[in-house]
Amino acid sequence: MKKARVATMWLDACSGCHMSFLDIDEALLDVAPKIDLVYGPLVDAQEFPDDVDVCIIEGAIGNQDDVERVKRARERSRILVALGDCATTGNVPSMRNPIPVKTILERVYIEGAEGQKVIPTQGVPALMRHARPLHELVKIDLHVPGCPPPAPAILYVVSELLAGRIPDLKSKVRFG
Amino acid sequence: MSEQITMRIDGQVCTAKEGQTIIEVAQANGRYIPSLCHMPGLSADGCCRLCLVEVTGLNRLLPACTTPVRNGMSVVTDSERLNQNRLMALELLFSERNHICAVCVSNGHCELQGLAQQLGLTHIHFTYNYPKLPVDVSHPRFVLDHNRCILCARCVRVCDEVEGAHVWDIAGRGINSMLVSDLQRPWGESQSCTSCGKCVQVCPTGALVEKGHAVEEMTKRNAVVTQLAIKRGTHP
Ligand code: SF4
Ligand code: SF4
Ligand code: FES
Repeated sequence: MKKARVATMWLDACSGCHMSFLDIDEALLDVAPKIDLVYGPLVDAQEFPDDVDVCIIEGAIGNQDDVERVKRARERSRILVALGDCATTGNVPSMRNPIPVKTILERVYIEGAEGQKVIPTQGVPALMRHARPLHELVKIDLHVPGCPPPAPAILYVVSELLAGRIPDLKSKVRFG
Repeated sequence: MSEQITMRIDGQVCTAKEGQTIIEVAQANGRYIPSLCHMPGLSADGCCRLCLVEVTGLNRLLPACTTPVRNGMSVVTDSERLNQNRLMALELLFSERNHICAVCVSNGHCELQGLAQQLGLTHIHFTYNYPKLPVDVSHPRFVLDHNRCILCARCVRVCDEVEGAHVWDIAGRGINSMLVSDLQRPWGESQSCTSCGKCVQVCPTGALVEKGHAVEEMTKRNAVVTQLAIKRGTHP
């Protein structure tokens, strides 16, 4: 059987959803032979590859770089999964949204800093006005809320997707 | 003596007393209707729109918590149209203020969050509003976090109808509506608050909570308030 080409992506988030993925423990041994992990924080690939079957994204869209990466993932993937509350609702990264970006940066890098007081602009992507959930930018095929989604829910999602079905998550997951 | 009437809920024949609301009759007959602002023991308000039902012969949907039953009435509590409307009502509540369940003291015990799970809501179609809202920590024992308030007015009603203090009101109109204590004084300076905590117990979300709780730690006991209302005869 042809292996599914799977990518994962970590945007504005804490990596907890990736951790929860690894928490499926020994079930990873069943999943691993069925997939080719072609991109993500756990592999070396620098460029998002073409022809991806499933791309699982953790995190909100917080900066300009995230915007480009999500768009590319959408163009090159058949199924896009928003994994976790940051990806589905904005969650903790969106707690900055009621406050203007300039005010936050000044608070952290000027008022809050000891020694050098500069707002970094070189080598870091510019923050967007709001950290936003993925579906506000691109079409998402499956939302899996939770902070993080429990490992059994992730295993269920991955198993169903590998079997060629879109899982029915009704009542299986919740915000928070 | 109130008159006995006969009606149908999802096809099932039910007997009821005149003056009862659809949600009361449904509950007495084991039919579940989602609700949020409704709480047994308090007067009906009809502001959250979660409990909408179809009434045969009427095109518009009616709130089950405020609509009195009539003889011969036929009610549908479960349909695709109702489901869509309930989801929309929930999504509007989530998008209106800042609900960050993962860091909320009521995470795992919240009626809004619970309904979202139950109705299968996995994301919000509306653009979030992200208002900048205050948190009132002036009361020695309790906190009011406006970010989590859904304006269900349960606190307003319990304080007025059961405790008899009437500390709370909702000021403003539409999206600018805000819960206020004592004509917009900080809660801690309220002259009328008896610090009984009933408002905290009936609040369905993490808006009214006890101080000193971390994420997920705030649980509520609103059934106690219902029993108290029935005992005191304030139950409408
Ligand atoms: S009040 Fe309820 S819905 Fe709102 S953030 Fe807290 S747990 Fe979530
Ligand atoms: S504070 Fe709680 S009980 Fe009062 S209106 Fe807001 S959500 Fe309802
Ligand atoms: S429960 Fe009926 S409108 Fe809120």
